[in-house]
Amino acid sequence: MLKYVLQRMGHLIPVLFGMSIIVFSIIHAIPGDPAEVILGQRADPEAIKTLRAQLGLDQPLHVQYFHFLERILQGDLGTSMVTKQPIVEEMVPYLAATAELAIFSMIIAVIFGVNLGILSAWRRNTWLDNGAMALALVGVSMPIFWLGLVEQWLFSVKLDWLPVLGRADVRDTITPITHFYLIDTLLAGNTGQFWSVLKHIILPGIALATIPTAIIARMTRASMLEVLKHEYIRTARAKGLHDFFVVYKHALKNAFAPVLTVIGLQLGTLLGGAVLTETIFGWPGVGLYLFNAIGARDYAVIQSGILVLATIYIVVNLIVDLLYAYFDPRIQYK
Amino acid sequence: MQTDRVHANQSVSINSNYQKARSPWMEGWRRLRKQKAALIGGGIVILFVLIGLLAPVLAPYDPTEQNLKINLQPPSSDHWLGTDDAGRDVFSRLLYGARISLTIGFFSVIGSLVIGGLLGLLAGYFGKWIDTLISRLFDMMLAFPSILLAIAIVAILGPGLFNALLAIAIINIPTFGRLIRSRVLSVKQEEYIMAARAQGMTQWRLIFRHVLPNSWVPLIVQGTLGIGTAVLDAAALGFLGLGAQPPDAEWGKMLSDAKGYITNAPWLMLCPGIAIMLSVLGFNMFGDGLRDALDPKER
Repeated sequence: MLKYVLQRMGHLIPVLFGMSIIVFSIIHAIPGDPAEVILGQRADPEAIKTLRAQLGLDQPLHVQYFHFLERILQGDLGTSMVTKQPIVEEMVPYLAATAELAIFSMIIAVIFGVNLGILSAWRRNTWLDNGAMALALVGVSMPIFWLGLVEQWLFSVKLDWLPVLGRADVRDTITPITHFYLIDTLLAGNTGQFWSVLKHIILPGIALATIPTAIIARMTRASMLEVLKHEYIRTARAKGLHDFFVVYKHALKNAFAPVLTVIGLQLGTLLGGAVLTETIFGWPGVGLYLFNAIGARDYAVIQSGILVLATIYIVVNLIVDLLYAYFDPRIQYK
Repeated sequence: MQTDRVHANQSVSINSNYQKARSPWMEGWRRLRKQKAALIGGGIVILFVLIGLLAPVLAPYDPTEQNLKINLQPPSSDHWLGTDDAGRDVFSRLLYGARISLTIGFFSVIGSLVIGGLLGLLAGYFGKWIDTLISRLFDMMLAFPSILLAIAIVAILGPGLFNALLAIAIINIPTFGRLIRSRVLSVKQEEYIMAARAQGMTQWRLIFRHVLPNSWVPLIVQGTLGIGTAVLDAAALGFLGLGAQPPDAEWGKMLSDAKGYITNAPWLMLCPGIAIMLSVLGFNMFGDGLRDALDPKER
C-alpha cells in the first residue's frame, strides 16, 4: 500500500508542475501587453512601465516562472491589483465559504444520489427505477444557474420560505472561528443564527448538488447492478437475510469503489459550479471572488483563484484514488 | 425445381443475414430503433436543429429590435412569450438562440474531436515519448475543473462568442484524446493491423485506412454527448457575461438578463432555461441510446 501511495504521489508532481505552467501562462496569454490591457490604452506610459516592473514582466520568461514558483511554494499568492491586499489573507474567508457550500452540497448529493441509485438497482425495470433514472437524466441536463433562478423565484419570491441572497442575515454578527458559519454559530451556542445560516445555504446547496446527485445515482445504479449479479449476494439471500441488509450491507460495500471515484470527480463539478451558484446567490466564496476579479481584470486574483481551486481538485482526487485502493485492494497490483 | 427454389431462397436468406451481421451500422440502427428514449432524444435534437435553421422564417419579429414602449410585457397573442426589458420579442430571441447554442455545440465538438482525436491517435499509435508527452498534457488539462478552465481561457482572450467556442473546444480535447488513445491501443494489437503492416503498408496509410475507421464509434457517441455538454457550457459562459455579448440572442445571456426581473417578469427566465434543458436532454438521451446501440460493451 505504501508503495502505491508513493507511486501515486509521484504522478502528482508532473501534473502540479504542468498546472503551474498553465496558471503562470494566464497573464502572458493576454493578447497584447498585459500591463496595457490592465491599465487601459490611454494609461500613462510611466504607469505601464511601473506595472510591468511590478509584475516582473520586464524579466526573461524563465526567470519570471521561477520567481512565480518560488512565491507559490512559500504560500505567497501575491497582491490584488484592485484592493492592494495580500491575496492569501483575502482568500481565506472566501475559501471557507466555498468549502462549506461544496461540503454541504456533496452531503446532499451522496445521500440522495447513492440511495436513488440503490433504489433503482434494487427495483430494476420497475416504474421506480425508470422514474429515478429519468429524474437523474433531467438532473444531468439541468443548467444549475437556471435552477438557481427558479429556486429563488419559487422559494424566496413566491413562497417567502428561504432567503434570496447571501451567506447569513446582514444583521447577524458571526464571530469567525473556523470560518464555517454552520459550525461557528453552533460553537457560539446561537441556535437562532444557526437556523438563519442553514436557511441561507439550502437553495445554493441544492442547486450545486443537482448534477453530482444525478451522476452519483447513475453510477451507483450501474455499480450495484454489477454486484447484485454475484453468487455471494444470492447466497446471502438464500440464507434468509432481508433484502435491505443484502443491499445495504453486502452489495453496497462492494459497489462503492467506482462510486467513490465519481464522487471525487464530481468535486470538480462542484468547484466549477461554485462560480455560477455563488454568482446567482451572492455567496461570498472563491467563485464570486474569481468572477469579480474577471470583471475587474485583476489577473493576480484570477491566477490565484484558479491555482487554489485546481490544487484542491488535484489533492482531493489523490485522496479518492488512495481510498479507492483501500476499498478495492486489487488496484495495487495494477 | 421446387427444391432448387428452396435452396435459392435459403441461400438468399443466409446471405442477407450474413450481410446484416457484417454491417455494424445496420445492426446499430436496428438496435437504436428499439430504444424509445433514444428516439425521443433524436426527435428533440432534430426539432432544435430545424428551429435553428428555420429561425428567420419562424420568428415573428427581429430578435434584436428594441421597443421600450412595450418592454416587460407578459405573454400575449402578439408576443407569445412576452417581451424583455428592451421590448424585444422573447419567442423570436428563443428561436434565434437555438441557432447560436447549437452552432457553438457542434463546432466546439468538431474542434475538440479533430484536435483531441489526432493527438490521441498519435499517442496511442506511436507510443513511447510521444504518448508520454501527449498523455501528460491531457493530465494537466484534466487537472482543472472543466468549466473553470473555460472561464480562465475566456478571461484571458476576452469575452465573446468565438472565444467561448474556442474555450469549450479546448477543454474537451483531453476527453476525446484519451478516448481515441485507448481505442487505438487496443485496435493496433488486432491481427488485421499486423497483417497490413507485414504487407508493407505505410504508417499513415495504416492509420487512416484501418486504425481510424475502427476507432471512431466511441468518438461519435462521445461527440453526441459532448454537444449537450457544450451547449450547457456555452450557456454558462453566456450567463457569466463571458460568452455572447449584447444584443445577441443567446440562451445563457437571456437568462443573465432575466436575473433582475424574476419578481415582476418570471417568464423571461423560464423559457430560455427550459430550452437549454430540453436541448441538452435531447443530446444526452440520443447519445446514451447511440452508445447502447453502437457499442454494447460500453453499456
